[in-house]
Amino acid sequence: MITAFFTAVIIAGTPLLFATLGELITEKAGHLNLGVEGMMLIGAVAGFGVGLYTSNPIFAMIAAMIAGAASALIYGFLTVTLRANQVVSGLSLTIFGTGLSSYIGTAFVGQKLSEGIINFYNPVAIPLLSEIPFIGQIVFNQDIFIYFGYLLAVLVGIYLYKTRLGQNLVAVGENPAAADASGINVNLYKYVHILMGGALCGLGGAYLSIVEVPQWQDNITAGRGWIAIALVIFCKWNPYKALFGAYLFGGLSIIGFRLQQFNISQNLLDMLPYLVTIIVLVLSSVKHSKESAPPQGLSVPYFREER
Amino acid sequence: MQQEVFVQMNNICKTFGSVRANYNINFSVNKGEIHALLGENGAGKSTLMNMLSGIYKPDSGSVFIHGKAVKFNSPKDAINQKIGMIHQHYKLVEVQSAKANIILGQAGSLFVNEKKISSEIKAISENYGIPIDPDKKVYNMSIGEKQSVEILKVLYQGADILIMDEPTAVLTPQETEKLFKIIKNMAKEGCAVIIITHKLHEVMAISDRVTVLHKGTTVATVKTKASSPKELTDLMVGKAVNLSIKRPQVNRGNAALKIADLVAYDQDKVKVLDGVSFDLFEGEILGVAGVVGSGQKELCEAIAGLYAVNSGSITYNAENILGLSPRAIIKRGITMSFIPEDRLGMGLVASMDMVDNYLLKAHHNQTGIFLKRKPIMAKCEHMINQLEIKTPGIHHPIKQLSGGNIQKVLIGREIETNPHVLITAYAVRGLDIGASHTIYDLINDQKQKGVAVLFIGEDLDVLLELCDRIMVLCDGKITGIVKADAVTKEELGLMMAGEAISC
Amino acid sequence: MLRMVKRTDMTSDKAALIRVFSILCALFTAGLFIAIMGHNPIHVFSSMFMGAFGSVFRIKDTLTISIPLILTSVGIMIAFKMKFWNIGGEGQILMGAFFASFIALNFDSVPKPLLLLMMFIAGFIGGGLWALLPAFLKVKFDTNETIITLMLNYIAIKWITYLQYGPWKDPKSMGFPKIANFSDAAILPKILGVHAGWLITLVIVVVVAVMMKYSKKGYEIAVVGESIDTAKYSGINVNRVILSALFVSGGLCGIVGMMEASAVNQTLTASLSAGYGYTAIITTWLSALNAAVIIPVSILFAAMIKGGSFIQTAFQIPQAAADVLQSIILFFVIGSEFFVQYKLVPKSSKKEERT
Repeated sequence: MITAFFTAVIIAGTPLLFATLGELITEKAGHLNLGVEGMMLIGAVAGFGVGLYTSNPIFAMIAAMIAGAASALIYGFLTVTLRANQVVSGLSLTIFGTGLSSYIGTAFVGQKLSEGIINFYNPVAIPLLSEIPFIGQIVFNQDIFIYFGYLLAVLVGIYLYKTRLGQNLVAVGENPAAADASGINVNLYKYVHILMGGALCGLGGAYLSIVEVPQWQDNITAGRGWIAIALVIFCKWNPYKALFGAYLFGGLSIIGFRLQQFNISQNLLDMLPYLVTIIVLVLSSVKHSKESAPPQGLSVPYFREER
Repeated sequence: MQQEVFVQMNNICKTFGSVRANYNINFSVNKGEIHALLGENGAGKSTLMNMLSGIYKPDSGSVFIHGKAVKFNSPKDAINQKIGMIHQHYKLVEVQSAKANIILGQAGSLFVNEKKISSEIKAISENYGIPIDPDKKVYNMSIGEKQSVEILKVLYQGADILIMDEPTAVLTPQETEKLFKIIKNMAKEGCAVIIITHKLHEVMAISDRVTVLHKGTTVATVKTKASSPKELTDLMVGKAVNLSIKRPQVNRGNAALKIADLVAYDQDKVKVLDGVSFDLFEGEILGVAGVVGSGQKELCEAIAGLYAVNSGSITYNAENILGLSPRAIIKRGITMSFIPEDRLGMGLVASMDMVDNYLLKAHHNQTGIFLKRKPIMAKCEHMINQLEIKTPGIHHPIKQLSGGNIQKVLIGREIETNPHVLITAYAVRGLDIGASHTIYDLINDQKQKGVAVLFIGEDLDVLLELCDRIMVLCDGKITGIVKADAVTKEELGLMMAGEAISC
Repeated sequence: MLRMVKRTDMTSDKAALIRVFSILCALFTAGLFIAIMGHNPIHVFSSMFMGAFGSVFRIKDTLTISIPLILTSVGIMIAFKMKFWNIGGEGQILMGAFFASFIALNFDSVPKPLLLLMMFIAGFIGGGLWALLPAFLKVKFDTNETIITLMLNYIAIKWITYLQYGPWKDPKSMGFPKIANFSDAAILPKILGVHAGWLITLVIVVVVAVMMKYSKKGYEIAVVGESIDTAKYSGINVNRVILSALFVSGGLCGIVGMMEASAVNQTLTASLSAGYGYTAIITTWLSALNAAVIIPVSILFAAMIKGGSFIQTAFQIPQAAADVLQSIILFFVIGSEFFVQYKLVPKSSKKEERT
């Protein structure tokens, strides 16, 4: 019973993990993209649609990534090339994504994905590791997508902290003028990471529509994109901490079902993740240190010939 | 000296919008030469050097590096041609270590080989005599250390043409000495060094040749030894000028402001004001010297009620005004004016017109819920005439005026209230010589009216000439308050570096 | 190749022209989108127009939709002026409606004018308090207001849903999860065929526009929006300005909730905000934070909503198409700001000598 709960926690946390890592990379490049919700929805609907018509689980995920990246491209063009206000551009992307996914998704309501796809995402026990008592069943008896999530968090961490490219990215987000003077192509870095961020958000959305739910619902993300943005602040721009943050919030979002037996209204319990997000945001705003602060260049447009 | 030409720039032109920053500039630097680029603010020095380092692109003209014609599309191209620029405002990533900053943007293995890079940096730093801790984070560094990182960064990139933009602006005289030694080392090693500056004695002390720019054009290139400070100044300003600043004698009045034992901490719990005590008298200008970040900003803001102070007292008219909000200070009729360092970010609202900027403080004293703009409009017109402010009109956004005119609007508004105490922070930063002198005159007028003036400055020569007394801050502590006519620049430098001197 | 140059010669007429042009570009792009979906864009656009303005009845409907949009936009504008990104209009509308409904359901014996006045005030307070919370967290802890206001939207929806399914469920609805209808006394009368909200809205728009431009409070809001440091320096109590402005901002959204509950739904439902809180973000931004411009822009958007639901029946195009259309317009207008600030000039490569 408890094992089943924690297994479900990890499943519920996975879309959050992908979206959080996506937004984290984007913010590291100095761009606050409030369009996470929109990109997740577009990824979710693209993934579901392609999954429906091709019955190919890999194509579906690739489509979700491309769709997420394509929607991030709109944001990137507005904020990098046209230097538009990042807050407003991100908000519009969310409005766009909500509308577009609902528009396209109308045709998918009530349709079922093929067995092939569903089975592809059945849990796979990792030999030996899954034998570890308690933890093994929860962490290492999951679908391959979840394993990819673990791997991705670690990869992003290594990329940011150990590689030259990652260090250059940090410089772009912290002080684009310094990065520029050091010969780094600032706009290229921004575009690449905004697109990568969008692709990961798209993937997070697709996990929802293809694996977790798995069917099309209007507005399937139900605010998870916004929680992901809060999670980036909560995890202090650290991908390893994002792993824990995502599962913590995954737990909160499903705890409602478990508590129903105590005769508490489902609607009140549904407030929980949103309430906790607020509390977490307040708590993480209280402490400030140089190392855990947001990138200095966040939300500030950069233009070399400005004077 | 070998006459190998490292840099040759011909007929360089560059315009920004309607501003002609560079026009037909010619400039050349040889191997092993220290070449000073001299000119007023806005003469086009930084623009020219930004083109040499690939940050801006020239509209027309040609550039030859090591004898080859080049076109730079980005700083990377310049770096590849062994050009390194050390910017006036250091371009460093605060959260990263010295090492990470030094290797930033450079090609190399995907993963960073920490050990190898550290030993490479050590080797260079010993060769040129630049001390450094490669693992120290930039935000923990002093100004001098940050500059070392900048210099090592360009040397690590293999640069043999070094451009230094106002490298001494924030250094003490002693630190400047050390820097000059490093620069001479670099020239000896065969580098070409370009120094942008407007400090004449430094030009005389270190450079081999000088190129003078005026209003975006080359005026002359001369051998330093064959020239004089007076000649260079006249070339720089474009006409013969009187460089001296007046210091009218005024009989000192009562203490207008008594500051005692101010202690304040910043966000990171670091002491920024440490037991600061002094009296500010009517009819005097008290200068404040110190390396940037020694507590000047916090002191000004604490007096103006903008910075939270932990203990101490600020006594005005026998009343402790410590802890009062700016609004409360205004309400009590305490006429204290503060000209902050950041004119457009704090003193004025950039996108608003003169009238609305004038209203910033005045609107508190108007009655009713609506603004009264009419009477203010007349005052603004009056101010334009009196201070000779060049603007298309009182309804023109402030940000479109020139730096000098923006500062006139700010000072004009503040002295309009007939202050008893006037605090100015870096009042002439970014202004040309003419505009600076206008500001000095305005401040002297106030002193003669009996106003108590606190003048935060960065140019020690100006402080020595303009002020009656000079107070030196180091790490939030006062290291000395001295009579301006009884102290030397070297003594001030020692105090800025933390050595208390009894005078 | 082109390069960018900062403009110095921009006039407000030219800027307006650029924005109008960008909307035309957006319509063209949306037309392409419709064509790809296999419909004739001209037909779709013209039937959207007819759906919104084709008859007196439809015009009344469009205006009824534009009332909450205008008022929400004006409310949001006050916050946006301070660069406080209040995207919690949706939640503030709902909480205003909740407060007003509490009055409507519990004091139905009070005479109609007094009851409506009480509901009006309650709506204002409800929305205001819901916006005051993120404002308080912002000034106290510097939390990101965008996320907090959004989270509060979800919480408000869940709260009203809870009431609807639980304590406020109408026992006479035979198990259907619905809150009881308001009594006649709690329903706004009609003036000229549209509920009286239009008059209230018009008055509020004028008052807000005047206050923003000529009053001290409006001036202080503008200063805070431009630079918090300057505001502090000049002795403005920044926290008080933010808190009071946000209370009014949310309060106006709360009044929308009161009007929607009273005049349109005649009860409280979780879906009563109908996305106005989000659409108003678009209209506010498109109006360049100018109260007077908000009115035509909001009517245009109301027409798109109404026309959108019309083409749903006429062409089987999902109503969400209207949302897509709106966001495409928004993208273009956001992008067009660049051309207000910069111009592109060809690189003068001819003059450059090559050796």
